[in-house]
Amino acid sequence: MDGLKVEGLKKHFTIGGGFLGGKARKVRAVENVSLSVAPGSSVGLVGESGCGKSTASRTILRLEEPTAGRVTFDGIDVASASPAEMRRLRQRMQFIFQDPYASLNSRRSIRKTLEEPLKVHGIGDPAERRARAEAILSEVGLPRDAMERFPHEFSGGQRQRIGIARALVLQPDLVVADEPVSALDVSVQAQILRLLDDLREKRTLSFLFVSHDLGVIRHFCDTTCVMYLGHVVESGPTQEIMDDPAHPYTVLLRQSSPIPDPANRVDPPRIAGEIPSPANPPSGCPFHTRCPRAIAECRESMPATKEIAPGRQVACHLF
Amino acid sequence: MTALLDIRGLTTEFRVNGHWHAAIQDVNLSLAANETLAVVGESGSGKSVTALSALRLLPQAGARIARGEILFEGRDLAKLSQRQMAKVRGDEIAMIFQEPMTSLNPTMTVGDQIAEVLMIHRGMSHGAALKEARDLLDEVRVPDPGRRITEYPHQFSGGMRQRAMIAIALACRPKVLLADEPTTALDVTVQHQVLTLLDDLKRERGMGVIFITHNLGVVAQIADRVAVMYAGEIVETADCTRLFANPAHPYTEALLRAMPRVDRRADTLEPIPGSVPSITARPAGCHFAPRCGYVRPECGHHPALGPISGAGGSDHQARCILRAKAEEAAWTV
Ligand SMILES: Nc1ncnc2c1ncn2[C@@H]1O[C@H](COP(=O)(O)OP(=O)(O)OP(=O)(O)O)[C@@H](O)[C@H]1O
Ligand SMILES: Nc1ncnc2c1ncn2[C@@H]1O[C@H](COP(=O)(O)OP(=O)(O)O)[C@@H](O)[C@H]1O
Ligand code: SF4
Ligand code: SF4
Ligand SMILES: [Mg+2]
Ligand SMILES: [Mg+2]
Repeated sequence: MDGLKVEGLKKHFTIGGGFLGGKARKVRAVENVSLSVAPGSSVGLVGESGCGKSTASRTILRLEEPTAGRVTFDGIDVASASPAEMRRLRQRMQFIFQDPYASLNSRRSIRKTLEEPLKVHGIGDPAERRARAEAILSEVGLPRDAMERFPHEFSGGQRQRIGIARALVLQPDLVVADEPVSALDVSVQAQILRLLDDLREKRTLSFLFVSHDLGVIRHFCDTTCVMYLGHVVESGPTQEIMDDPAHPYTVLLRQSSPIPDPANRVDPPRIAGEIPSPANPPSGCPFHTRCPRAIAECRESMPATKEIAPGRQVACHLF
Repeated sequence: MTALLDIRGLTTEFRVNGHWHAAIQDVNLSLAANETLAVVGESGSGKSVTALSALRLLPQAGARIARGEILFEGRDLAKLSQRQMAKVRGDEIAMIFQEPMTSLNPTMTVGDQIAEVLMIHRGMSHGAALKEARDLLDEVRVPDPGRRITEYPHQFSGGMRQRAMIAIALACRPKVLLADEPTTALDVTVQHQVLTLLDDLKRERGMGVIFITHNLGVVAQIADRVAVMYAGEIVETADCTRLFANPAHPYTEALLRAMPRVDRRADTLEPIPGSVPSITARPAGCHFAPRCGYVRPECGHHPALGPISGAGGSDHQARCILRAKAEEAAWTV
């Protein structure tokens, strides 16, 4: 049992062209992502908007077909799994979305929402399905009478609880959560993080947890992968990455993350630019257009990923 | 310091199912020149309603300022006609919003949009206004401003659009800038750039800035003074340094403990139970009572905002019976 392993994952989209005309262009949403999620651990994927976090997580679950790379779960290659194996894998790997409202069927009661996946996977008889749906509902902290109600009757935080219940009702081993708390107020965000903490403790659940918030990642993840323009540029134990970031981009992210302490106002380097478009990525190191420490080499060649300490990988010419 | 903008006892109501309900209640805020006042609280606490009321931008129907004064340089804006108010909004008080795309015109170049404001409010010619537009984009640190004035909003990134909005807001040299969650939709690196920019502009121009946000980390980065809002009321106000060193109201304390911090190990994350009540369901006594860990029977009386015990010579105030100075613990019902 070795959990999730992702090697050299790539996902390109083609935009334009076709009957609408215009030149076809390639969007390199995910260029090179390698990571692994051991059973029971949680791995954070962090980076700015558009860096490819959602695309990577969707491609890992094969909600999108990868352009290249290998994804295995407990040794089974997700790309070449037989239909029967794939069905089993789909049950073991579940997804939680950022916007639970958009992902919930508004005309389906909560009972239907929770029983449906069990039915699809042919689990139990109606009585057992009912019992399992009821058990998970109380586990995520929703009242019993929520069962017969519909998504619009719930607050944002409650809807996210429903989204979590739906993902967990199949008793998966791995949950891929794409910004599950980003749309919530800080108090509700803390409620949901606490719930996920509890669930993780009770079951042997592993998480691939996507967020743009370093504070949330620090709270929830043992290991962190920092993404920039489709590449994992740094990865390692979360605490080390937050307290002593190595890659210049991680340093920038860390220094730009607001801390509730006016005595510690920081002034990170005043770089002007924003993240370039993945339809037109820079040559060499993807970060060189904004990097305060770039050297001549950075424009020309892509830095290789090096291990700078046990479990700590960095892709930068300075290391 | 004399206040530039002085909001007193402001109460704004909305009509819901035929009844008027207060969205904000007895709000007092004062802003000096060259000062950033942050207004912070969870969604639904009344931050935007406060800003929209001060600028008289509430919906025409079903909304009213029930009480209070909005004194700007001694004039009560609450009493102006919409026409007079339009002039104040253009010339003296400007506002920027969370989503710049909805306030920019997609069919006009960014340069023309800035120039238009300059032509209307400062009577400039088109040529002079375009030149000034270029300078303004430069001032808000948009790279290559000469080219950028000829582009359309969709050609700008999110951070760039927010800078364009700031440039439009600055075009008339306002004395007060009201910024409602201007960085909430931005990445942290870009957010930091925009915060730095606003701080520089405040100093350079001596503007008063009201900065609305739900993020205490952002407050700590930018504010001189802070007002914490909950369920339509200001529940705590203090100097920024003091507020973070010494949070007095249980809500402020709870917000700080619920925030996952990037600079610390966070085993201490503590959720606040429940959620912000809607305007039709606010409890009669202390509005925070149903979620407060310190609640006691006296909290059934509605507490007033007053000096806290141990405030020393500061103007640190909170709306909580536990924290009130003994002799000031007057209740309003
Ligand atoms: N179906 C698609 N077709 C074309 N381009 C796409 C598609 N899906 C994503 N992209 C592009 O790929 C890049 C990565 O997108 P992705 O949604 O993975 O980013 P993200 O890191 O999740 O960002 P955010 O933090 O905003 O959610 C973006 O430039 C996006 O516009
Ligand atoms: N047009 C409206 N009609 C009725 N209620 C409203 C209206 N606008 C805002 N409210 C209510 O007023 C309260 C404060 O809202 P708002 O100022 O937008 O909060 P914030 O900006 O702090 O998130 C909320 O309960 C909100 O639902
Ligand atoms: S390789 Fe060069 S440009 Fe890239 S992060 Fe390192 S120093 Fe900066
Ligand atoms: S007045 Fe009572 S309920 Fe309200 S914040 Fe203070 S202790 Fe809590
Ligand atoms: Mg995403
Ligand atoms: Mg608001």
